[in-house]
Parts: sequence; C-alpha cells; structure tokens
Amino acid sequence: MIQFDFTVTDPDGLHARPAGQLVKEAQQFKSSLSITKGEKTADLRRLFAVMGLAVKQNETVTIKAEGEDEQEAAAFIQKFLSDNF
Amino acid sequence: MLTLKGQGVSKGLAIGKVFYFDRTPVEIVRREVEDPTAEFARFEAAKASAIDELAALYERAVNTIGEKDAEIFSVHQMMLEDLDYCESIQGMIEGESVNAEFAVDATAELFAGMFASLDDPVMKARATDVRDISRRVIGILTGKRDTLIITEPSIVAADDLTPSETVTLDRSLLLGIVTSGGSANSHTAILSRTMGIPALISVQGLDETVHGRQAIIDSATGALYVEPDEETQTAFHARLEEFERQQILLHGLVGQDNVTLDGRRIDVFANIGSPADVPLVHKNDAGGVGLFRSEFLYLESTDYPTEESQYQAYKTVLEQMQGKKVVIRTLDIGADKQIGYFNLPKEENPALGFRAIRICLSRPEVFKTQLRALLRASVHGKLAVMFPMITSKSEVDEIKSIVAEVKDELKARGQAYSEDVEFGIMIETPAAAVISDVLAKEVDFFSVGTNDLTQYTLAADRQNANLDRFIDTHHEAVLRLIELAAKNIHAQGKWIGICGELGADTSLTRRFLEMGIDELSVSPSKVLEVRNMVRHIDLSKN
Repeated sequence: MIQFDFTVTDPDGLHARPAGQLVKEAQQFKSSLSITKGEKTADLRRLFAVMGLAVKQNETVTIKAEGEDEQEAAAFIQKFLSDNF
Repeated sequence: MLTLKGQGVSKGLAIGKVFYFDRTPVEIVRREVEDPTAEFARFEAAKASAIDELAALYERAVNTIGEKDAEIFSVHQMMLEDLDYCESIQGMIEGESVNAEFAVDATAELFAGMFASLDDPVMKARATDVRDISRRVIGILTGKRDTLIITEPSIVAADDLTPSETVTLDRSLLLGIVTSGGSANSHTAILSRTMGIPALISVQGLDETVHGRQAIIDSATGALYVEPDEETQTAFHARLEEFERQQILLHGLVGQDNVTLDGRRIDVFANIGSPADVPLVHKNDAGGVGLFRSEFLYLESTDYPTEESQYQAYKTVLEQMQGKKVVIRTLDIGADKQIGYFNLPKEENPALGFRAIRICLSRPEVFKTQLRALLRASVHGKLAVMFPMITSKSEVDEIKSIVAEVKDELKARGQAYSEDVEFGIMIETPAAAVISDVLAKEVDFFSVGTNDLTQYTLAADRQNANLDRFIDTHHEAVLRLIELAAKNIHAQGKWIGICGELGADTSLTRRFLEMGIDELSVSPSKVLEVRNMVRHIDLSKN
C-alpha cells in the first residue's frame, strides 16, 4: 500500500470540475484508491462521495492506493493533485 | 383562428410553430414494473441522452457565457456517471421493481438531503446540482421537459423567461417570443430587440393549448394569430416579403460609411447584453459596441459572479470585437432590475432609490471585483468603461480614487492592464446634463441613457402603464438637455454618444446630427436602419 498527504492550495478547494476529472482518471487503475479527510474516507472513484468531504483550501487529505498498479496510480494522482489543486 | 392580444415590445414579423414552455412540475408516481431489467435499461438510455444534451449545452454555453460559467454543464455530465448515484437507482429499480422516474427522484432526494445536511454553502449548491441532473433525466423519461430546449424553428411561448432559461436556447431556431407576463424592460424584451425578432408581452389568454400550433406574431398590432386563416396568412406573407426586401436593401449598406450627403460622419455602434450578441454586431456591421450591459453576468448567476468569470466574459467580447471600441457599463441594477442575492431593501420609490452607481459606491467590494475584471480584460482590445446614474462631481471623484486603488492592487499582484482605457459616465439624470461642463473636465466621454433621462426629466415612472400618454419621448426638455450636454462636452474636447432607445429613433437622427452627437449606439438589428437614415440626410439643406 502507498499513502501520501496532500494540502490543497487552490482558493476554491477541491472544486467540482477537476474533482470530476480526478474521479474519471482514478477509474482507469486497478488498485483501490481512497481519499481521507479527518474521520471521513471516500472512494476516489465516486464523485459525490469525494465532493461530500468538502475539502477546502489549506486542508490536508490522505490518499491511499492499494493493488497491483499502486505505484503508478499513486504517482499519477499525486501529479494530478499538485497540477490542479 | 384564435386571436390573442398583447403588447409588442420588439418589432418584426414571424410565422412558425409555437413551443409552449410549461413549467408545471412533473408529478412522479410510484409504479411497479414487470421487467426491472428493461426498466433499468430505460434509465440507462435516458441517462445517455442527458449526457449528450449536457455536452451540447456545454459547447453552446462556452461560446455564450464563457468557459468558467459553462463548467457546470460539464460537471453535471460527470455527476450523472457517479457510481453511488447510479447504483442507488439500479438498486431501487431491481430490488423494489419500481419505475425509473420514481427511482431517480427518490435517489435525488436522498443525495440532496445528504449534501444539504453538511451545512456548507458549497455543499448546498451540490444539492441543487443533484436535483438538476435528476430533473433532466426525469424530463427525458417522461417527455415533459422543464428546461427550454427547442429543436426546430419555433415561436417560444411562456409566462415569462429568465436569463438562465434563454442562455441555453438555440438562437438560430428562435423565431419570436410571446409571454403572458413580462414588461417592456424585461430580459425577454431586451433579448428580442437585440436579436431583431418580434416579441409580445402581457398576452391575454396565452396558455399551453397553443403548443405545437402554427401562429403568426404581428408586433405592430400586438396580435398573436393562432392557426391563422387564409386571409390573414396572405396578408402576412405580403408584409413579410416587404419586410425581407427592406432587410436585403439595408444589408446592401454593410461596409458603407455613416456619412450624410454633405459629409458629416457619425459612429453607429451596437448595444449588447452578453458575449452571445457579438455575432449580431458583426452581421449588422456596427462600428463597435457602444453599450455592453454587464448586468447579465449578475442576473444569470445565483451568487456574486467571480472576478475570473467576469474577466472571461469581458475578454471574450473584446477579443471578438477585434480592436473595435467596446464600451462596458458597470453594474446597473436596482429599480426595475432586482437580483435576489444582493438583498436590496424594498423601496417606496425605487427609480429614485438605491440603484446603479449608488449600490457600487456603497458596496465597494462588489464594485472593485468588477473593476479588476474589466482592467485585466483591457489588454485584449479597446476598452472603455462607463458608469451609470451619475448626478455629481463627488461621485466621479470617488470612482476615480477606487479605480486608482484597483490599479495599485493589480500592479501589486503583477497583473497587466492597459493605461489606454477610456472612462466615461452616463447622462441619465437632468443633474448630470446641467453640470456637464464640470463633469466634462473629469472624464473621457459621455453617453446619454435616454430612457432614464426622459423619466427623470418628465417626473414620470416608465414602469407605470397609466403614464404612457404623459411620457413624450420627443419632449423638448429632454432634447435640450442633450443639446446642452453636447455643447459643454465638446467645449472640453470630449465625445458624447446616445445609447438609449431614442438613438434608434430615425425621426430624431437629423436633430442629433445637428447637435453634433458623435456616436449613436442602438440594437444590432437597428444599426443599418440608422445608417440608411444618416446617408439620406443633408445638413446643409432644411
């Protein structure tokens, strides 16, 4: 399993459109992917669940990837997050 | 033949099929289905159509309201594919053998409830989104739509239309608009004047029974003929031919100059309400945009539009105008134009109340957001910024110091703006006309808003239908105020235009030329008519 933290710097937080793209991209990997904020965890393949975390600017989330392509998935998600949020 | 009477608010003739936009909510009944698998397939098909529809709306909205505001249609597509959402619907259909409409509606409420309970304004908006996407799917499932989509050339009928309902409308298919409510200054009226299509408001007895029937709009008489008899059709076609001949003749003036027989030139610009109107400006060969009403940005959203979304809209217009002048008027709301989220107090006398620049100067944060967006957009074309409802020099001083602050902010942020932006004010109050000698020293240009100038000069509320006979739009008092302003403004070497409805009144074109008015800004559909009049005038002869 690979795990990393990411702090959102975008003033709009984890806003709708890139969040939607992130969910779409997450679906191409075989590994299970999750996003956690505080006590709440959501499946990164599920848009409404991810939006339900209501991630704001300066908040930190933890991403977990587990499965055969976890290396690749984690690297991709990390890049996507830093490029977009 | 059924004849319905209303009030014409935009000139023109149209014949076509009526599309009645029915907002009555669809009632969703729970039914048991025999074949849940087939029912789920029905949902899947409706979902696919909804996604296609949203993709088309996104494309259209990018061009009309800009990428930022169009995003919502793209987000809605992704939401419709959300696994939790789809699994919930599938679970209900297959597990409880309920109809797809019911499953979608129940799921929408479930999700909306969850978002609404999060007590976060952004999440509350998500609740609206879930309901929105679900309504679209239910509309497709039931064939009863609550979004205005026309797929063939149509006369659109409704109780009234809001800006957000018309933004997604395919304008190339819109023949005319008839509404049972509305006012002469409503969004519907302005949109139809801009597009040069006929519109009737306050049509008595207009209801859903007109849907799908052939009809003729005659805005000159304010009549809507439903299933017109042969005599009416023959008479109509003769007039339509005449109207089209006239249009062809006028379009022969594209590329010609606005110059009188004795050589006096005048600029003829166009008034627009949104970036979507720019193609009409080009088609009618206007020399620039003399009035871009920025209100649309505020009317179309459910909250204060961001700096970025405003910047995108202004930039789009400036770029599309390819270096021709674009005069953008800062927010002009209040009085007859109300916006919910501004929470403006109810007033006894709104025309003399809290409106336009008075709101901007009282809420500088709203004003500064718009000014930042405008200045940032200024590097993409030839921008002029105009302030509405000015009555005194102190207001102009205050505006100037706010503009200076905004420029400093942009400099500090490292964002570019042009130093060549012209700043001007509207002459809408007798006060501004009377002290135009003082004001002319302070700004680069002026534009006369004749509708308000008339209402304030004649002390007659233009929203009050009982006053129609007391509102003489050619009143000498109004014309003399314009004349006085023109003299004062020219004495300081500045320019003056007219962007109110009077500018398009060709019976006054000669008078305006005699006053030395530099620019007339009219609806795009009126540009060539005014040019034609200018080209027939000889100021050296009486």
